[in-house]
Amino acid sequence: MADTNFDLIVVGGGPGGYVAAIRAAQLKMKVALVEANHLGGICLNWGCIPTKALLRSSEIYHNMQHAKNYGLTVEGLGFDLDAIVKRSRKVSRQLNGGVGHLLKKNKVTVFDGYGKLNGAGKLHVEKDGKGIADLTSKHIILATGARARELPGMEPDGKLIWYYKDALVPDLVPERLLVIGSGAIGIEFASFFHTLGSKTTVVEMVDRIVPAEDAEISDFLLKSLTKDGMEILTSAGVKALKKGKGTVTATLEVGGKTEERVFDRVIVAAGIVGNVENLGLEGTKVKVDRTHIVTNEWLETGEPGVYAIGDVAGAPWLAHKASHEGVLCVEKIAGTKGLHPINPDRIPGCTYCRPQIASVGLTEAQAKDRGLKVKVGRFPFQGNGKAIALGEAEGLIKVLFDDKTGELIGAHMIGAEVTELIQGYGIAMELETTEAELMHTVFAHPTLSEMMHESVLDAFGRAVHF
Amino acid sequence: MPIEILMPALSPTMTEGNLAAWNVSEGDNVSSGDVICEIETDKATMEVEAVDEGVIGKILVPAGTEAVAVNAAIAVLLEEGEDASALDGFTPSAGGGAAKAPAAPATATSAPATAMTPAPAPAPVSGAPVSGAPVSGARVFASPLARRIAADKGLDLAVVSGSGPHGRIVKRDVENAQPGARKAVGPSVATALAAPITLDDPVFANMPDFEVVPNSNIRKIIAKRLTESARDVPHFNLTVDVEIDKLLQVRKDINEREGVSYKISVNDFIVKAVAAALVAVPDCNVAYTDNAILRFNKVDVAIAVAIEGGLITPIVKDAANKGLVALSNEVKELAGRARDGKLMPEEFQGGTFTVSNLGMFGVKGFNSIINPPQGGILSVGAGEPRAVVKNGELAIATVVTLTLAVDHRCIDGATGAAFIKELKSLIEAPITMMI
Repeated sequence: MADTNFDLIVVGGGPGGYVAAIRAAQLKMKVALVEANHLGGICLNWGCIPTKALLRSSEIYHNMQHAKNYGLTVEGLGFDLDAIVKRSRKVSRQLNGGVGHLLKKNKVTVFDGYGKLNGAGKLHVEKDGKGIADLTSKHIILATGARARELPGMEPDGKLIWYYKDALVPDLVPERLLVIGSGAIGIEFASFFHTLGSKTTVVEMVDRIVPAEDAEISDFLLKSLTKDGMEILTSAGVKALKKGKGTVTATLEVGGKTEERVFDRVIVAAGIVGNVENLGLEGTKVKVDRTHIVTNEWLETGEPGVYAIGDVAGAPWLAHKASHEGVLCVEKIAGTKGLHPINPDRIPGCTYCRPQIASVGLTEAQAKDRGLKVKVGRFPFQGNGKAIALGEAEGLIKVLFDDKTGELIGAHMIGAEVTELIQGYGIAMELETTEAELMHTVFAHPTLSEMMHESVLDAFGRAVHF
Repeated sequence: MPIEILMPALSPTMTEGNLAAWNVSEGDNVSSGDVICEIETDKATMEVEAVDEGVIGKILVPAGTEAVAVNAAIAVLLEEGEDASALDGFTPSAGGGAAKAPAAPATATSAPATAMTPAPAPAPVSGAPVSGAPVSGARVFASPLARRIAADKGLDLAVVSGSGPHGRIVKRDVENAQPGARKAVGPSVATALAAPITLDDPVFANMPDFEVVPNSNIRKIIAKRLTESARDVPHFNLTVDVEIDKLLQVRKDINEREGVSYKISVNDFIVKAVAAALVAVPDCNVAYTDNAILRFNKVDVAIAVAIEGGLITPIVKDAANKGLVALSNEVKELAGRARDGKLMPEEFQGGTFTVSNLGMFGVKGFNSIINPPQGGILSVGAGEPRAVVKNGELAIATVVTLTLAVDHRCIDGATGAAFIKELKSLIEAPITMMI
């Protein structure tokens, strides 16, 4: 009989769960990880990673379409959707295997099944409806993640109405595509299919796209995508979808008027819900609020010994936030000294549409809501030598400083490779630099990162190249 | 000829500082003693006073400029009768952006460099303003943002506990801290200590009406450092009575010499004797650190001087190698400037041993609290005629009670006793001090 008592049990093997398990193992805990589907979770198997693989294909395709701009000739340009999807799946498979290897290396015992709380300190593991193990531990972390929110009457059918999982393994590039929701997921798929030739329409309920971002970034993206031929409908809704033979008729409501439009495929990306079902939460003191488990700043639920991290514990639904929570939660359990709760104002976010978006900290509107007086700096890609040389002169870097203290409180970027730039500001924020240190920092030339310098300078009226 | 006002060195090690604010504008008349600007180092903000009179002709380094090299010209003062035209063709000798100037303050040969002295009012914040170098690790680890917020609030980072990685002081540590707050100590100690008494303590409601005298910086520093010393330094005391009749006679002989201008005090003799005794017993001229005991190769005697609102301890450097007259003059001069608040930080920070004398108030004897990181302090009572027994008979002698307090971590009983024995024999046979 295998050992069933552990120092820590983690339910869910996504970027929150597996990182928590490894951290606990590093701290000499005996750890069990329960995962029913894929090690690496949605992120690695059906989210962040495979979409990046798809978007890389579409990016190269886009560049080849514009080869002429670089003095290059491409003949017979085309793509093989099957091969694009296969590559994406292969990338996921490779990383999934990598997580398995890491867990093994750290001597984490992995149970293949669904975990369910079964009384204090107990977890029942089921596979295919049959109990396969009963585990005990003083500490159980729930890291079960989230899934796409299903809209009534617009449930996924895998054929005409796609959710992210379907959209990741498409059988065709739809001629006319409707994307419902303009958050990170919606806008990335819109970008991918639009680049491959879909005539794409994005419908967003609120008055701007990528609504979590700074309003200026939303505006910038709107202009860029519209210029690129994408149709963006904001303050708009989809009243109904009527499936036909190979097409879907959507009833759109825009500006108080309804109209019927025919699409070949619909992607629904209208938010997510936490995976809180079948966890045995009934009868425990674990509280659930709008499909998410309620925790305190240390990721503790109302039930002693039960913790929740990552997507199931609420927004922002980001893999790196889940991982960081996992580490914090485990270190707190281990009694590590000097811990501090995660500062939500320092969690960066990246969206891989074209142009890319990256941000960290407060938006200008949020800063104003908090009553902060801000100094705003902006620098456009047009003023940057490297951007022009890359043929990527479209973009903007915007920074916000607290006028009183000089604290960097927000950074918002749109343009080529900004997802790789944002961490510079992330580190600056964590180290609590003020504008003075950022100004003193020597930025390498020629790089896109020089714009990060110029943007800071601009906030103080000192930008050199614009 | 316009006078350059140079960036002052606020401490011997200072090489650059931030020009935090100008308190005067171009065209303003300034006279000696006016605060003209505020200079900020990583640990302190100090006001700088003008000594020369004149009109501020030009401000060369704007407020808010960081890392201004010591001795760089920061402004130009027009002397009486000069107007702005005197500035034409005038080139500052070391412009604002000049390369780093040597740290040492310019000497008196350069008038401008002496044209100001830091005013002690907003006092040196760091380490050991009352006297003495910082006990350990002078560098305060703090984020730039925390430093700025602290500076804005007038908060002394030295009294803030850092909660960031490796104790780094970060925003959250300074955001809610109040200037003058005391450093939080570890939780186990904190619970063992009585909570600090604040103004809102209900006990005050049952006490007579009172006037609120805000804690000056110097008061806060005295409170902080002496609390730490009383709490953390294991003190013990050694007391001896010393006859000073011979010393008084020698003093009289010296002071009454024809045509001399000096007047050497009993305290000067005692300071001299302390220095000589520390040379003889170098194991008492020490400082304790966690890594090692530091045995100093010179004796710098700090002398406690009461000043308005507190006390300060100017230092007679290398006192053992100074003659009585030189020593006496130096003590007078330092004490005078101490009372006027004109001491430079290095003149009252440091010192290897302190002498505190309350004899002038008729106090017979007392115990002092060591001023860390020094290893000892001598308390000097009043010289008074007392009945003593000599050769089995009662006699009258002028006697002073000396009480030594030492840090037991670095000075043991026998060592302390050897020092005070040597001190007693020097004072009772003053001629031996001259050896």
